Amino acid sequence: MKSAVQTGSHYITGDVACAEGAIAAGCRFFGAYPITPATEIAEHMAERLPDVGGTFIQMEDEIAAIASILGASWTGTKTMTATSGPGFSLMMENLGLGVCTETPCVIVNVQRTGPSTGLPTQTGQGDMMQARWGSHGDYELIAIAPSSPQDCFYHTILAFNLSEKYRVPVLVMADEIVGHMSEKVIIPDAKEIQLIERPKPKGRKDRFKLYEPGPNGVAPMPAIGDGYNVHVTGLTHDERGYPAMTVEAQEEMMTRIKGKIRDNLDDIVHTEEYMMDDADIVIVSYGISVRTGLTAVDEARKLGYKAGLLRLITVWPFPEQMIHDIAARVKGLITVEINLGQVHYEVERCAKGQASTHLVGSAGGKIIHPDKVVSLIKEVFQP
Amino acid sequence: MTKNPKQIGSKQPSHPLDDLIRTDRIPHIWCPGCGIGTVFSSCLTAIKATEIPYNEFTMVSGIGCSARGAGYIKLDSFHTTHGRAIPFASGIKMAKPDLNVIVFSGDGDLFAIGGNHFIHAARRNMDITVICVNNLNYGMTGGQVAATTPSRAKTTTTPFGNPDSPFNLPLLAYASGASYVARWTILHVRDLTNAINEAIRKKGFSFIEVLAPCPINYGRRNKEKSLDTMKLYQEKTIIKNGADPGRADIDFERGVILGTFVDTDRSTCDDMYEVTCRQCSED
Repeated sequence: MKSAVQTGSHYITGDVACAEGAIAAGCRFFGAYPITPATEIAEHMAERLPDVGGTFIQMEDEIAAIASILGASWTGTKTMTATSGPGFSLMMENLGLGVCTETPCVIVNVQRTGPSTGLPTQTGQGDMMQARWGSHGDYELIAIAPSSPQDCFYHTILAFNLSEKYRVPVLVMADEIVGHMSEKVIIPDAKEIQLIERPKPKGRKDRFKLYEPGPNGVAPMPAIGDGYNVHVTGLTHDERGYPAMTVEAQEEMMTRIKGKIRDNLDDIVHTEEYMMDDADIVIVSYGISVRTGLTAVDEARKLGYKAGLLRLITVWPFPEQMIHDIAARVKGLITVEINLGQVHYEVERCAKGQASTHLVGSAGGKIIHPDKVVSLIKEVFQP
Repeated sequence: MTKNPKQIGSKQPSHPLDDLIRTDRIPHIWCPGCGIGTVFSSCLTAIKATEIPYNEFTMVSGIGCSARGAGYIKLDSFHTTHGRAIPFASGIKMAKPDLNVIVFSGDGDLFAIGGNHFIHAARRNMDITVICVNNLNYGMTGGQVAATTPSRAKTTTTPFGNPDSPFNLPLLAYASGASYVARWTILHVRDLTNAINEAIRKKGFSFIEVLAPCPINYGRRNKEKSLDTMKLYQEKTIIKNGADPGRADIDFERGVILGTFVDTDRSTCDDMYEVTCRQCSED
């Protein structure tokens, strides 16, 4: 067997870095269907997984791909799939099954433009609201947005760790540019990579309840064959996992599913700041658009504006309190994203009118030029 | 019955299959006269007869009346989304090939919304056992036309009769590459139980179609009582092992062929992955 962690300095694409991050995180099952610009993740996994005792399968469509990783996850295996917009749409129903049955898995969406087949296959960030609300019903999940190939490596590991810790599907919301561009990616020694494994049950098997929460609100999860005889259903269920067709059971289940995320925001929400100490104009961005924002901050500073940048690594759950607090002390918030306004409206919601909110967006196809952000700053604010 | 059942909470006499049933989930949802319970108990009897430890089994189902079986069996069991039992089961099998994976679902689930997954799992020779309770319609939603509903039959969405033709399921399974294909009815309990036992032990994609009445939703609209259906199963079926699956269409006028259509050996998906991908990657 070859080493799971390819320690060293590499010049690779974001897609390949994502696949290497998954393998380093312990992913040993990958089921997918080809779609540009995510195909290279599947290609790399097909080559690498047999090396490390894992399994790759190309399924007949994206619905089958996500179903296969949910099933495989219950064998105690870390699992992943990768897709783009049209495939992401097909995965929505089973994403809900993953949330409802609290099944750890990672879903990578290397975003392209939409709607429908769109502009294949140029960049976009138009699936952010679908990531949050695309499956029917109320729920919470976690979505992370990498801005570079190096991020693709680390953020895929972060996605697996959060998925295992909170028994929830985690979305890696990359985009075509991040997925296809090559940059230097440092892969550290295996011992420097911290991995988290799903909580396993202990104690008497006859008293075990599949969804009885542990200290952080997350229930331990046995694997098929461990002897717990679990029943797993997408129907509303009680703590035993049995279908329970009552409003009380629905309330209790939803409280747990939402609570385990909402009660652990400090651990789940990751952000980064640039020039934020004295900033009174704050650019909020994520994914590839962070790179637009960073240049825009530098340009605006040269013009005498106190600009700063808040980078959302975790986009969902949304850092509501943080945006609220920032809005209380700044003049304006500018969201930069390659869509016509999705996360922007979340920023507006959380700012609660304390600061002005603006969108620098686009219909998709290419990265947003920093000049567009600087122009808005010059138009709206005084240095 | 001369005596009423004992009150809930008192000691009930045990049933030979109790060790495989979640007795705390009984009563089940199936209607009087429904055939699913018979298929379910055949399946449990067959599991028991294999003498394979229970924790080496798992059952996966989709959505529908038959799919509720996964909720009553005392194994690690999965009640997934509509049509997606087979890819869910395929993920389990490929991640842990030692497990015996049984898909227990209905005709609507497996062959309309899930049809694509069925043919691909058969093509790959995924080493799973698929049991399809075919009651010729969508029972859970109140009796709509299915991909298996006979031509001209009445359902709530074909009030003037079904203008379409049904699938010949054994032919579909054979053409897609299944290693084991059989058809029985709920009248042929022993044959069915033996077939499930064979299918579980068979390496490769095994498919068993089981004809079962749905008196409430299908029978009622087609002037066919449960007992009438059972009479058809007795009088209008022909047991013929090794029959041509091309002649397996369901036509009770001409006679419906039952038995084992296919029993062949071919490398399975997990074996081929081992040989083709793992061993080559070590070169």
